[in-house]
Amino acid sequence: MAEIVLDNITKRFPDGALAVNKISLDIADGEFVILVGPSGCGKSTTLNMIAGLEDITEGELRIGGKVVNNKTPKDRDIAMVFQSYALYPHMTVRENMGFALKLAKTPQNVINEKVEEAARILDLTQHLDRRPANLSGGQRQRVAMGRAIVRDPSAFLMDEPLSNLDAKLRVQMRTEVSRIQRRLGTTMVYVTHDQTEAMTLGDRVAVMRNGLLQQVASPQELYERPANLFVAGFIGSPAMNFLGGTVEENAIRTGIGDIPLTGRLQQVLSRSGSGRDVIVGVRPENFEDASSVPADVRPHGITFQASIDVLESLGSEKYIYFTQETGSVDAAELTELARDSGRADTGSGEATVVARLDPETRISEGDNAELWVDGRALHVFDPATGQNLTLGDSGSPASSAGPGGGAAPAQADAGAAGQDTGSAAPPPR
Amino acid sequence: MAAVTTTSRQKLGWGATNLVVIALALIPVLWLASLSFKTPTAILDPSFVPAQWTWGNYTQILSTTQFIRPLINSIGIGLIATLIAVVLASMAAYAVARLRFPGKGVLIGMALLIAMFPAISLVTPMFSIERAIGLFNTWPGLIIPYVAFGLPLGIYTLSAFFREIPWELEKAAKVDGATPFQAFVKVIAPLAAPGMVTTAILVFLFCWNEFLFAISFTSTLASRTAPASLAYFSGSSQFTVPTGPIAAAAVVITIPIVIFVLFFQRRIVAGLTAGAVKG
Repeated sequence: MAEIVLDNITKRFPDGALAVNKISLDIADGEFVILVGPSGCGKSTTLNMIAGLEDITEGELRIGGKVVNNKTPKDRDIAMVFQSYALYPHMTVRENMGFALKLAKTPQNVINEKVEEAARILDLTQHLDRRPANLSGGQRQRVAMGRAIVRDPSAFLMDEPLSNLDAKLRVQMRTEVSRIQRRLGTTMVYVTHDQTEAMTLGDRVAVMRNGLLQQVASPQELYERPANLFVAGFIGSPAMNFLGGTVEENAIRTGIGDIPLTGRLQQVLSRSGSGRDVIVGVRPENFEDASSVPADVRPHGITFQASIDVLESLGSEKYIYFTQETGSVDAAELTELARDSGRADTGSGEATVVARLDPETRISEGDNAELWVDGRALHVFDPATGQNLTLGDSGSPASSAGPGGGAAPAQADAGAAGQDTGSAAPPPR
Repeated sequence: MAAVTTTSRQKLGWGATNLVVIALALIPVLWLASLSFKTPTAILDPSFVPAQWTWGNYTQILSTTQFIRPLINSIGIGLIATLIAVVLASMAAYAVARLRFPGKGVLIGMALLIAMFPAISLVTPMFSIERAIGLFNTWPGLIIPYVAFGLPLGIYTLSAFFREIPWELEKAAKVDGATPFQAFVKVIAPLAAPGMVTTAILVFLFCWNEFLFAISFTSTLASRTAPASLAYFSGSSQFTVPTGPIAAAAVVITIPIVIFVLFFQRRIVAGLTAGAVKG
């Protein structure tokens, strides 16, 4: 059991590439923290630095209060689960799980005891004498977990442990990982590129981009109060819709109409004056079939006409897709998100907007339907810095590190981590 | 129908060509075997099948230290050279496959250069060196050059095998608390064992077949290997050529190779082509 503190950690590769840029993160004892981001954002490098498999170029890493920068992996008392599981093919399941203990010269009867207990937890008892080659993907994954568990380490590190499983098994194992972490109460750092895993698993989620920490917060916080365009676009599925807009007096003019400004948003935006270009973010669930919106709610948003291109019915909900003149939505973050998700055409003049509607709706494909958008749920971003203007500067707990933004990233990051340790201690179990 | 006739004709053509090639390769070997079973008086008999079969040539060579001692030398020198070469090559190959270090390209280049170097051009200087430092006509005098020529072969074959072992296994071993040496011995080496066996076979075959160094750096039975000893066979008198015993000795030397290759054929091919095609 130990807390892990990353203090301005930087990784520069010999070829000069900057993989991780001054990351500061406090991971409390027993906390489950997710590092998430698109490929190449530095999340795996960060994990490898915690494990001791990569050197730390600058900064200080403390595990359980001790600086471990120059310690080898074997002296850090951490266990790691790899994406490919990295099971030793020439050893049986029992030998695989007991390997670390054997290296530590643990007596054989203690090893057997611990391995058998871990096998019971993971439901592997009948497979103990088989070799990894004869196991299914899910079983191998559990052996990899077991190898970590038997050591009773001060922290678990997981590098995309579920990404080699098929979809159904992945969901099942996700619950399993969560259950095991809760049962053992061990600090866990988990790397994934899958935002669903990040949202469902973590006590706190750290979103990374280009080696910089974007925001560290609880999943709900990330979803409701994303610090910037990148976080907003990365978290949530289907992703947030982005529309270009211009600030007018008391409204934002967008492709779907003038959305009235309310409350705090009005205060924040009025200061910067009208005529300012912004990017408006709307979650799919903030659209509704206009006919099903009660009359007393209607004034909080606006209605508009859209021709429905595609309708997907999932039973419990319906997704509709329509094309909109989105105006100039052009930000580095969005280009990167589009590249990551394969929607390389976002940011062009026209884009597809996704809306999640109540399954009761009678809208069908090809209709020219009347839709309603909730003006209260808008997120407004500065196109230049990507900052979420909706959060304003009223001391929001959501931290931000504007890439290329006003605040120096290092300072912003340090502040973020500091703030969050206070507010997001692991929930009592 | 036309297509079928062409195919069968092609088959026939290929079959005939193959037969010719195999015959060209095998007839001398069979001829040698036949000779080894002929009596001394029948050596000049042109018939392929001996008129009178005899084990005399074999009993003669196997009862004299002239051949038994070189056979022991061959086995001893071959095994020791193979062991040293495989151990050193596996370490070097591991470094080549896993580490990025300055001079790696040069190292691989040098290894290739040694493998390609014409041995005959080295014989004279090496003869002088071995005489000077007292290695001439000793086991180490042959083991050292054999290791030197076996290493490039071993490094190439083994680095291909090492490259196929996922790097994450080694990371896992490190996180599990292994030192780099433990990770190599307990995780990487067992997985590369098939590659090491293959390499050992290839290096041993090289040592077993080597003739040039063997004849140049030895002068007595103390270190002469089996292939070299053939050149020193003498007949019953100064004027008789010991054709029968030479043929018998050649067969004796060949038999282990044939058995080896038949047994390990797939291993050897795998070793020579490992890493060539991504599996």
